[in-house]
Amino acid sequence: MTELGLVASQLFNGISLGSILLLAALGLALSFGLMNVINMAHGELLMMGGYLAYLAYRMPVGPWRLPLALLLAAAGAALFGALLELTVVRRLYGRPLDTLLATWGVSLLMQQGARSLFGPVGVEVTAPDWLAGAIPLRSIGLPGVELPLVRLFIIAVAGVVLAGLALVLTRSRWGRLVRAVQEDRDMAEALGINSRRVDLVIFMIGTGVAGLAGAALALIAPVTPTVGQSYIVYAFLVVIVGGLGSLTGTAAAALAVGLLSAWLQVFTSVSLADVLLLVVVMAFIQVRPRGIVTRLSRALEEA
Amino acid sequence: MPRREFLVHLLVLGVLALGPWWLSPYNLSLLGRFLAMSILALGLTVVWGWGGFLSLGQGVFFGLGGYALAMNLKLAGLAPGDLPDFMVWSGLDHLPWWWAPFRHPVVALAAVVLVPAAVAGLFAWLVFHRRVRGVYFALLTQAFALALATLLISQQAYTGGFNGLTDYGPLFGVHLTDASAQTTLYAVTLGALCACYGLATWLSRSHFGRLLVAIRDGENRVRCLGYDTVPYKVAAFALAGAFAGVAGALFAAQVGVISPAMVGVVPSIEMLIWVAVGGRESLAGAVLGCLLVNFGKDWVSSAMPSVWLFVMGGLFIVVVTVLPQGIGGLLARRSAPGPAADAAPMTPEPAGP
Repeated sequence: MTELGLVASQLFNGISLGSILLLAALGLALSFGLMNVINMAHGELLMMGGYLAYLAYRMPVGPWRLPLALLLAAAGAALFGALLELTVVRRLYGRPLDTLLATWGVSLLMQQGARSLFGPVGVEVTAPDWLAGAIPLRSIGLPGVELPLVRLFIIAVAGVVLAGLALVLTRSRWGRLVRAVQEDRDMAEALGINSRRVDLVIFMIGTGVAGLAGAALALIAPVTPTVGQSYIVYAFLVVIVGGLGSLTGTAAAALAVGLLSAWLQVFTSVSLADVLLLVVVMAFIQVRPRGIVTRLSRALEEA
Repeated sequence: MPRREFLVHLLVLGVLALGPWWLSPYNLSLLGRFLAMSILALGLTVVWGWGGFLSLGQGVFFGLGGYALAMNLKLAGLAPGDLPDFMVWSGLDHLPWWWAPFRHPVVALAAVVLVPAAVAGLFAWLVFHRRVRGVYFALLTQAFALALATLLISQQAYTGGFNGLTDYGPLFGVHLTDASAQTTLYAVTLGALCACYGLATWLSRSHFGRLLVAIRDGENRVRCLGYDTVPYKVAAFALAGAFAGVAGALFAAQVGVISPAMVGVVPSIEMLIWVAVGGRESLAGAVLGCLLVNFGKDWVSSAMPSVWLFVMGGLFIVVVTVLPQGIGGLLARRSAPGPAADAAPMTPEPAGP
């Protein structure tokens, strides 16, 4: 592989990792920006999406297996998210650190539940045939570099989800309500917006995206009871770097963390890259403590 | 301290001090290591219960303390020029320079306290001086725990990797596995716990302790009164780091192993449930919660291994939603009904903009 080829393939790896992180972090960023709540069970919703995809794959539905799997995963996770919001998150409103601990408890329950149902060993979801190949870049002068179709598919899914969310938030009536509550909850309530319902819907959308992400990720890695844990800490770092619940910031942060991580792995080992990533994030918050995209506010008391 | 409370403390201390005479060796060794862990819990009470900032990475400092002592114990009893076993297996031919100072037990013992305190202080300063706080701080500590655990596992040749450091030599010429040494270690652990408990109690009444609580309840108000809040938070976190380091060293000495399994994200968050169960604001609650949860864990996971995670998950949810003051809160409400025992949320953070 040529020098340029290495750069190209690491660039692709970085974008691929970034899109995965984006899928994992979008839901977190949404509910964090709106409700100031971090859902520690978010990774387990990814895991749940993976298992739902696995179940969907065992249904005899022929070529529609993949869309069905994605749909089932998103819907299932969104429903579970609604349950979680109504039973736990809502009760702890205004106590973000307690929400964090309670949802950690939920994540433990979900992990052990998955272990009891599906066993500790991972299950595989094989990608359909039309996603099995890879696009070689030999024709444009990069021999040895191949772009696997599955990864391109995940990048596409991340792009579609991001665009869809952006469209909903900026163009729809619901999006306007969400932005109103995010900007000034008391004022929005005074104008007759049911902010609790907005919270619920956003939480459901966030967990639904997590489920979808889990189903998509199941195509490239086996689904295990602890699969969520392997993505979630990076997703948190993305939220920190991105800033309070802005889609642009989250997308930029996911891409930056993905590219940086892929680039670091060229020079060091995977584990040292982990450490250096934290160092870079710590250095970053020295410069921009509120993330890439900051929300201007006159309020003294902000999270 | 009111007279009655003082007598209760004295009574509990007496019962614990007589442990070697009324407990079976197995239960005594369990109690010894849980008492060591409860020193870490005291630190969590200081930062989380009083300071109101949550650390999801206390295992980092536990590990630093444990490894600092374990490095000395690995070197103890080796002839000069010899290497610890795992280094030989990994093909190292000389001792890394940063291992060398740990040959001296006094240096190692100092490092047990100073290294975790310094690392914790630096980390807290880096985050707090830019006014990053709340959930952000918690998530960064979590990333720290993940990073250190990954690093320890990957650097097999220098850290013993996944298995950690075990199979120790003597400390000050005493083999730690001897029955008499274990009893001595138990006494040392109890003494360290008393010292830390006393220090924390004294702090809670000092200006520092009151200011810490004030920062929890309204950081901006404290700032408006003219205080720089950063040094207080940094000092609190450094103190909690030192407590965790002492706990880690005593743990390693008693159990005979320290490994990344005590450092990572999962064990670090598990440490919070000790304090949450006992009551996050109360030092006695931290010790009580630590002992209860860990004896419970030992009992449940030996009887029904798969059930423990369900129990712990349920504990997190129930304690946080229903019993935010833990057992300590329950007792306080019973004994002294009044505004002080009000079970209001203890971390009244701003409810978003």
